[in-house]
Amino acid sequence: MKAKHQRLVLVGLAALAVSGAAALGFSALDDTMTYFYSPTDVLDKGVSPGQPIRLGGLVETGSVRHEADGLTLAFTVTDTAHSVPVRYRGLVPDLFREGQGVVAEGTFDAAGVFVAQSLLAKHDEKYMPPEVADSIKRAGEWRPQTQAGS
Amino acid sequence: MVAEIGHFSLWLALAVAVCQVLLPGVGFHKDDERLRAVAVPAAQAQLLLALISFGALTWVFWVSDFSVRVVAENSHTLKPALYKITGVWANHEGSMLLWVTILALAGWAVATFGRSLNERLRTRVLSVQALIGIGFYVFLLVASNPFERLLPAPGEGNGLNPLLQDPGLAFHPPMLYLGYVGLSVTFSFAVAALLENQVNPEWARRMRPWVLAAWAALTGGLALGSWWAYYELGWGGWWFWDPVENAALMPWLAATALLHSTLVLEKRDALRNWTVLLAVLAFSLSMLGTFIVRSGLLTSVHSFAVDPERGIFILVLLALYIGGALTLYAWRAGTVEAGATFAATSREGSLVINNLLLAAILGTVFLGTLYPMALEAVAGEKISVGAPYFNATFRPLMVPVAALMAVGPFLPWRKAAGGRRVARRLALPALLALLSALTVYAFADTRGAWALLGVGLAVWLAASIFADIARQVRLGHGGPRLVWGRLIRQPRAMFGMWLAHLGVAVSIFGATASGAWESEVMTTVEPGQPVSVGPYTFTLDSIMPVAGPNYTAIEGRFDVRKDDNLVVSVRPQSRTYTEPPMETTEAGIAPLWAGDIYAVLGKPDGQGRWQVRLHWKPFMPWVWYGAALMMLGGAVSMLDRRRSRVALMQPHQLAAEAAEQKLPLAAE
Repeated sequence: MKAKHQRLVLVGLAALAVSGAAALGFSALDDTMTYFYSPTDVLDKGVSPGQPIRLGGLVETGSVRHEADGLTLAFTVTDTAHSVPVRYRGLVPDLFREGQGVVAEGTFDAAGVFVAQSLLAKHDEKYMPPEVADSIKRAGEWRPQTQAGS
Repeated sequence: MVAEIGHFSLWLALAVAVCQVLLPGVGFHKDDERLRAVAVPAAQAQLLLALISFGALTWVFWVSDFSVRVVAENSHTLKPALYKITGVWANHEGSMLLWVTILALAGWAVATFGRSLNERLRTRVLSVQALIGIGFYVFLLVASNPFERLLPAPGEGNGLNPLLQDPGLAFHPPMLYLGYVGLSVTFSFAVAALLENQVNPEWARRMRPWVLAAWAALTGGLALGSWWAYYELGWGGWWFWDPVENAALMPWLAATALLHSTLVLEKRDALRNWTVLLAVLAFSLSMLGTFIVRSGLLTSVHSFAVDPERGIFILVLLALYIGGALTLYAWRAGTVEAGATFAATSREGSLVINNLLLAAILGTVFLGTLYPMALEAVAGEKISVGAPYFNATFRPLMVPVAALMAVGPFLPWRKAAGGRRVARRLALPALLALLSALTVYAFADTRGAWALLGVGLAVWLAASIFADIARQVRLGHGGPRLVWGRLIRQPRAMFGMWLAHLGVAVSIFGATASGAWESEVMTTVEPGQPVSVGPYTFTLDSIMPVAGPNYTAIEGRFDVRKDDNLVVSVRPQSRTYTEPPMETTEAGIAPLWAGDIYAVLGKPDGQGRWQVRLHWKPFMPWVWYGAALMMLGGAVSMLDRRRSRVALMQPHQLAAEAAEQKLPLAAE
């Protein structure tokens, strides 16, 4: 094989690898990506039970209840316009607080309760997840002081 | 005063960098060797000035000079001494200063250790290095000045984020930046070679130690980062597929591909254009990583410095450097002569496939990391791409990479492999891999296909390395002394490859086993109440308050028993820092050879019980032992004194090759 031909073959293989990777990537994206919903989005767009989403908002003040097993937590997530009941079993992140931003990953059960598999709170005390800040702004309830110190 | 000295040094370093670009540039134009020679002392002066600047910032942190804004914002008089120093780079401004200091260090290293390079190429490399430096100096001085004063000075600082007060993260940025910035050298080599039209095996050989150094440092940076996430964040995982982690993984993948393609170019004079492109891409991905981490564009568990304006600044730098390099590449690539040809089933062939697969993996990681950001920018939709995506793309592509890693070293350079001979040599590793997968299937609880495949691949790869060693030392021919003699005469690059590949096998095994056979129990316990986790029984022995230098904590002591024998005690803590006020969870971890005991203490449940999460993670530390082996392999290979084109050939090939042809390198 001449050098030029071999080059062509290599370029062809590279193109194949790139398109293969792109095909694999995009099909995996279709199956696995999760959308971010604020409580208002949940009401407006509707989320079917079992569909994995990320739900973000503030932990509503006064809503956190501990259940008898000592591990399960029930609370509501609000974007100040609407709120959604959430259940979570596990250790809560250190930064989980009433009135603070939180992003919960999980699915709705048949009764309309959001069952969170994980809760994300950020490393930084000052932090509010940008999505949460956004959804509160969209709900028209943005008060700069809720974004403590940033 | 000290802060002003540091600030002034930084301006001087910028001025020196400008000279380092302009004077040699004129020198090239006028073909004046004396003007070009300015590059070397300029690179040395740059390092000196950068070190003075870095030293000044370290000093103001050390003496807690809160009239300097970054110190006031990120330090505190009560902070332990170690973290006063590491606090220098635990903030945006300081970490960018660390970045340019390492960049200056890299430039100095090229000036000092690059004597064997031809003069024009070295000068070009140093000029490009300085050009990169200019962008980052300007970024520091204009958009993130670490020496900015704060008047009036506060009496006390804000303190450092407690999650950063940790040895794992304290040394993570320097290691990662050594890797990132190490790749700037290969970038400069690529641009220099394009300018000088010198893309050839000699160039690849000179560049290879830099690729190895950057790759080894990146490996270390990735390992430290994942180790930190594992024990400091306390969620029990070690890799989150978080954009910030991916930001370091992408250049690592590119550097891994580059490592192998420079080998092909060095030994066989093939893959010229591809190697240049990879060298450009690898550093571009480093800068992209910096941009991702520093831009505030993403929601990440790891992103600390969040500032969109700085993000735009880095984006402009990114566009200028990458755009410039790619334009140069597009313009010059056509003039790079085609290299040598080779058979598909040769060593080169296997390395080409390795490169294509790594590029495909890189592509899917890139897509998964950038697509959410792009979608949000374009359509305003917020999506997240997490572990499920990466498991669906990364794992299937890693399987052929690992499988091929075992075969490649058995293939001869240039000519097609004798299929039967290779198959015979790999028969035993294949048998061992099959047997171990079957053993797992028969005796282990988890029968997931990935667990079988992961264990099988790890054994296959490890066994093939020992088969390769046995072949190289001609085990069975001659007594032990003869065999030993042959072993120690192997080139260091060979040991480097064995160690690094063995590291991959060990890491694959650790990742597979810890995932497949992990036991996790989440419950509430009273002191004295035993909990079984896997083969162990955890008993909460005591709960006590303890005090640290700048925090107080509740510490639980768990006695871990197996068959009523005490194995180890672990002490997870729930810490409360005062400056800044913040709680952190410190997992209690006992690394055993066979795995990690991992305990996390939660909150009291109000009825005298404590929330706990207890794990048994079989073979977990092997992930990091593997990374350590890879780094060691990179370092050993880098120190190969023979770094000649024959280094990785087999003895019988050497004679044949020598007789058969004059190689391109010799011909040039």
